[in-house]
Amino acid sequence: MTTKTMRDSYLPPGLPAPRPSPDGLDAPFWAAAKRHELLVQRCNACNGSQWGPEFICFRCRSFDLRWERVAGRGRIFSWERIWHPVHPALKDACPYLVVLVELPDADNVRMVGNLLGDAMQQVEIGGAVEAVFEDHPDEDFTLVQWRVVE
Amino acid sequence: MTEPGIKDKTAIVGIGETRYYKRGAAPTPEFQLALEAILLAVEDAGLTVEQIDGFASYSNDRNDPTRLAAALGLPQIGFSNMFWGGGGGGGSGAVGNAAAAVAAGYAKYVVAYRSLAQGQFGRFGQGSQAKASTYPMSYTQPYGLLSPAQTFAMRVRRFMYDHNIGHDALAAISLASYHHAQFNPRAIMYGRPLSREDYDNARWIVEPFRLFDCCQENDGAAAVIVTTPERARDLRQKPAIIMAAAQGSFYRQGAPAHNAPDYGTSNFKGVAPLLYELAGIAPKDVQVAQVYENFTGGVLMSLVEHGFCSPDEANEFCTVENLTWPQGKLPINTSGGNLAECYMHGLELITEAVRQIRGTSTCQVQDCKISLVASGPMVSPVSSLILRA
Ligand SMILES: [Zn+2]
Repeated sequence: MTTKTMRDSYLPPGLPAPRPSPDGLDAPFWAAAKRHELLVQRCNACNGSQWGPEFICFRCRSFDLRWERVAGRGRIFSWERIWHPVHPALKDACPYLVVLVELPDADNVRMVGNLLGDAMQQVEIGGAVEAVFEDHPDEDFTLVQWRVVE
Repeated sequence: MTEPGIKDKTAIVGIGETRYYKRGAAPTPEFQLALEAILLAVEDAGLTVEQIDGFASYSNDRNDPTRLAAALGLPQIGFSNMFWGGGGGGGSGAVGNAAAAVAAGYAKYVVAYRSLAQGQFGRFGQGSQAKASTYPMSYTQPYGLLSPAQTFAMRVRRFMYDHNIGHDALAAISLASYHHAQFNPRAIMYGRPLSREDYDNARWIVEPFRLFDCCQENDGAAAVIVTTPERARDLRQKPAIIMAAAQGSFYRQGAPAHNAPDYGTSNFKGVAPLLYELAGIAPKDVQVAQVYENFTGGVLMSLVEHGFCSPDEANEFCTVENLTWPQGKLPINTSGGNLAECYMHGLELITEAVRQIRGTSTCQVQDCKISLVASGPMVSPVSSLILRA
């Protein structure tokens, strides 16, 4: 896998920290992110991928779902540059980029993340990106971020 | 045997609005605002309060119908209903649910209402201040994707990319609302016209939205009363007959974390065709439309999905000339709407649609027979309404 690691976070600390759902729905995803692995849900009955996670497969209604590691490679499906901070932690962090990335290796499920690098870079829909795991050891979670593939 | 459906079986007979305030500026508590709007609607209709026997609202309105009924000393209520979902998706839906209850005989005079005092509770435009986030917010909030503007800019960007839509279309929608507000003394932006230069020079909130692409946040309350056309004969106002109401969502629009398969959509692709089918009319028959503006890009997609133009015609259709009263092909948001009259979560769009049928709008479309409301774009579920003279 070509995924890379980084230390400093893209956005300042203080945003709501991701925690596994209390009903157990997505704990494997967050545990894997800490190991720098990207997981999505896949159906054992029809083999379709789905995201966000759910208790049932929307294609065949099987409850027999597994977590499968996928390559951290995707394409930018949409994006936005945020200028107005709506959280105190972001007061000095604007502008920043949020991207919606589709994963061709997993039935084009989409994931939200930040696009690392210059916030004023030109962003291309369809552009290739790769996952970067952003560790937050003080708060015990890892975010999946994205970087343009040169 | 009677025909199924609600077509022409109900009407809006009373409308009430408190004064509209800037966010946090309401001098009275939110619950009192709700009571005031309901009493104003009762008076407008020429009813007595004791005749009210049902309530419908949306977006988790905090003002419980049984508390309202107790506070107003109502003898009995036969309907108390909440339309699921957030944002303005349920404005037309609440009216539609009220109409269904009246047609079904559950109640005779149902109030659809919305009351908001954001200063007294949370603000929509602010991000969560919580320390932690869980599914599905855990997949957006830690990345600084926190507010409605940020949630919906992502959809609008994709729609604009898919159909090569320029910023002129978004600007025209904003300028239309501000233009209409200049005729409406109730509007927060009355006396505060907006030029294209002002629009272009305003700061970005989140690309592709500048400041004036975004709705206000306000305090106030509004209410409308639904009954049958037969009962309306004894009342004070010309009834606005409900031709059709439709509500809902389409394939996996509720998929979490931005995974709706059809993404660049206002979510009216199922609702709008059903609305026209139930009403028995076509988009070309609509003379004026109130189209919920959380953000201009949502209006753009709502206009397309309600059949007023194709996606590829949107640049040509969404011009100030076409969207403004009095000369426009389809004047929209003729009171100023959420952008420039008041963000009463779109219930103020319903009262304006009723005024167009009564002939009492401050931007009155001549000989207006058919008036449409689209509630909610990009949330799930959404709803729409068609009124006739
Ligand atoms: Zn399956």
